[in-house]
Amino acid sequence: MAELKLSGIVKNFGAVRVLHGIDLVVQDGEMIVIVGASGCGKSTLLRIVAGLERSTGGTVLIDDRDVTALEPAARDIAMVFQNYALYPHMRVFDNMAYGLRIRGLSKEDIKRRVQEAADLLGLSELLDRRPRELSGGQRQRVAMGRAIVREPKLFLFDEPLSNLDAKLRVAMRAEIKRLQRRLGVTSLFVTHDQVEAMTLGDRLVVMHEGRAAQIASPMEIFERPADTYVAGFIGSPSMNFLPATITEDAKAATLSDGNIIALPPGQFAARPGQKVTLGIRPEHISLTGPLRLTIDLVEPLGSECVVHGKLASGEIMALRLPGAPPSATVLDIAPRTEHLHVFDAETGKRLPPPA
Amino acid sequence: MAEARNSIAAPVGMAGSNPRADMLTHVVLVLGVLLFALPIWIVLMGSTHDAGTIGRGDVPLLPGAEAAANYSAVWNQGNKQRAGVPVSTMMFNSAIMALLITFGKIAISIISAYAVAFFSFPGRMLFFWAIFITLMLPVEVRIFPTFQVVSDLGLVNTYAGLIVPLIASATATLLFRQFFLTIPDELVEAAKMDGAGPIRFFKDVVLPLSATNIAALFVILFVYGWNQYLWPLLVTTSTDVETIMIGIVKMLGSQGDTEWHLVMATTVLALLPPVAIVILMQRWFVKGLVETEK
Ligand SMILES: Nc1ncnc2c1ncn2[C@@H]1O[C@H](COP(=O)(O)OP(=O)(O)OP(=O)(O)O)[C@@H](O)[C@H]1O
Ligand SMILES: [Mg+2]
Repeated sequence: MAELKLSGIVKNFGAVRVLHGIDLVVQDGEMIVIVGASGCGKSTLLRIVAGLERSTGGTVLIDDRDVTALEPAARDIAMVFQNYALYPHMRVFDNMAYGLRIRGLSKEDIKRRVQEAADLLGLSELLDRRPRELSGGQRQRVAMGRAIVREPKLFLFDEPLSNLDAKLRVAMRAEIKRLQRRLGVTSLFVTHDQVEAMTLGDRLVVMHEGRAAQIASPMEIFERPADTYVAGFIGSPSMNFLPATITEDAKAATLSDGNIIALPPGQFAARPGQKVTLGIRPEHISLTGPLRLTIDLVEPLGSECVVHGKLASGEIMALRLPGAPPSATVLDIAPRTEHLHVFDAETGKRLPPPA
Repeated sequence: MAEARNSIAAPVGMAGSNPRADMLTHVVLVLGVLLFALPIWIVLMGSTHDAGTIGRGDVPLLPGAEAAANYSAVWNQGNKQRAGVPVSTMMFNSAIMALLITFGKIAISIISAYAVAFFSFPGRMLFFWAIFITLMLPVEVRIFPTFQVVSDLGLVNTYAGLIVPLIASATATLLFRQFFLTIPDELVEAAKMDGAGPIRFFKDVVLPLSATNIAALFVILFVYGWNQYLWPLLVTTSTDVETIMIGIVKMLGSQGDTEWHLVMATTVLALLPPVAIVILMQRWFVKGLVETEK
């Protein structure tokens, strides 16, 4: 159990900079999920924390101790890998016990700890098996067990669920969350699955091209995304974006087809004439209004349906509607004002609240 | 294993449905077996007859009565007329040489492969290529300079002189390196997180995972070492360190006075250790396959 503090983490691979100065403070017992598209540097960041990769700049502090230059073993961290990385020739028991043996624990201590972890994870019956005699889910548990028995200061997970089938993934997700709560170990969890990120994390780090685009709680990120990247990345289907210009009184925005959309009062500091991007989530659209949507695809999902279509101005929109698919081919719609997001068109940043 | 058996069983089953093809298959197989087994059978039978039988030019196909006498003669005294060394001594020398070459080759090559595959150090690729290039320099090519070195070091007629020059092995190094490259990086990293240093990782993970490869190489290298002829011929002149391959050749006289029954008995004895190793290690080999596969 510990506090992790990253400041100014920079990483170059040759001439290519993949991390551009990451700052992050993880509180004791907190579960932080790092989420982002493939190649944005999530694994690299995690591996720098683990000590498997040397950072080009910046420091890693665990409980205020500078571990930037320490070997992985000296950092007291446990990691769960995507492909589990179990020792194929060792029994489950030995896989979990190996790290403890190296640390020189007594036989009884090792036995007790492994037994406890095995009970916790439902592995007691499997301790004599070898990894190849286990299912994917069971291997996943052994990998978790190997981390738990170490009683480390920090857990690191690098996409540990991505090799499991959909159902098992949901089950393991809940289990990891419960375990982490129960053990109270500070954790960093990397995933590219936004549902996993939203459900697991106390806070999320949304990464984009080697930068932390936003660090906040899941609901905060969903309700107040910091820029258009985060807004488009979190939420499914993605948020709709419409280019617009702020009106003279700065209380509304004019769309490209001339329709005027009112802004939620007192939330955004907009300048008259400013070019902006309006963001509106598919579930935040009302079925009466000035915008005319021509439907070209309907995806029924049972309890709701997703409607894809085109506005008169040519922009495409997705809507999430409760119940059965609409029978009409054309819908009159409008964004619900209170759920409107406004971003600067140039920088992509969310407009700040008025001072 | 089960899969391999099935895939072999399938064609046999198919042939069974056609009696004529079945016959033909069997005839070919039996001929093949005879072709390979007959010389060995003749040697085996010849070693159980007295000197006269083969001397008359007979080729005995049935066992004779002299087996015990012949074998105990060569085992204990060797070839008396030629003041030869007992076969037991030669077998012992051969065994020492083959085993030390095998262990030496495996030990050195697995360690160098470990260095080349898992560590980055200055000149790593240079060392790798240096090892690779020695593939082009087998013992036969460098035999005279090697002999010069060995004799300058005063190692002629010693086990060291016999064995050391044969120990370095580029082939085994390359084989191990290729195998090591298939060990996933994440396994290495998991071991690092668990706190295993390079030596522990080698001992606890790399060695056990290499068991299959080691067993296979052991068989190949033991047979290689046992069959060495040219180098021992050059570097041994005293009978103390004479190997069995040299011994057999020395037993062949030049004027038709060869004691063929003794030569054959010696040959049979010389055959036994490699056969034993193959049979013994094969079981290990299969066990290794079953246990380490992912
Ligand atoms: N050893 C390396 N040498 C050079 N470039 C690397 C190396 N490792 C990673 N990179 C590059 O760094 C960037 C970030 O890689 P990283 O593995 O951290 O991505 P990621 O966010 O984990 O992606 P994914 O979701 O696909 O796992 C990528 O562009 C990758 O090509
Ligand atoms: Mg990754």
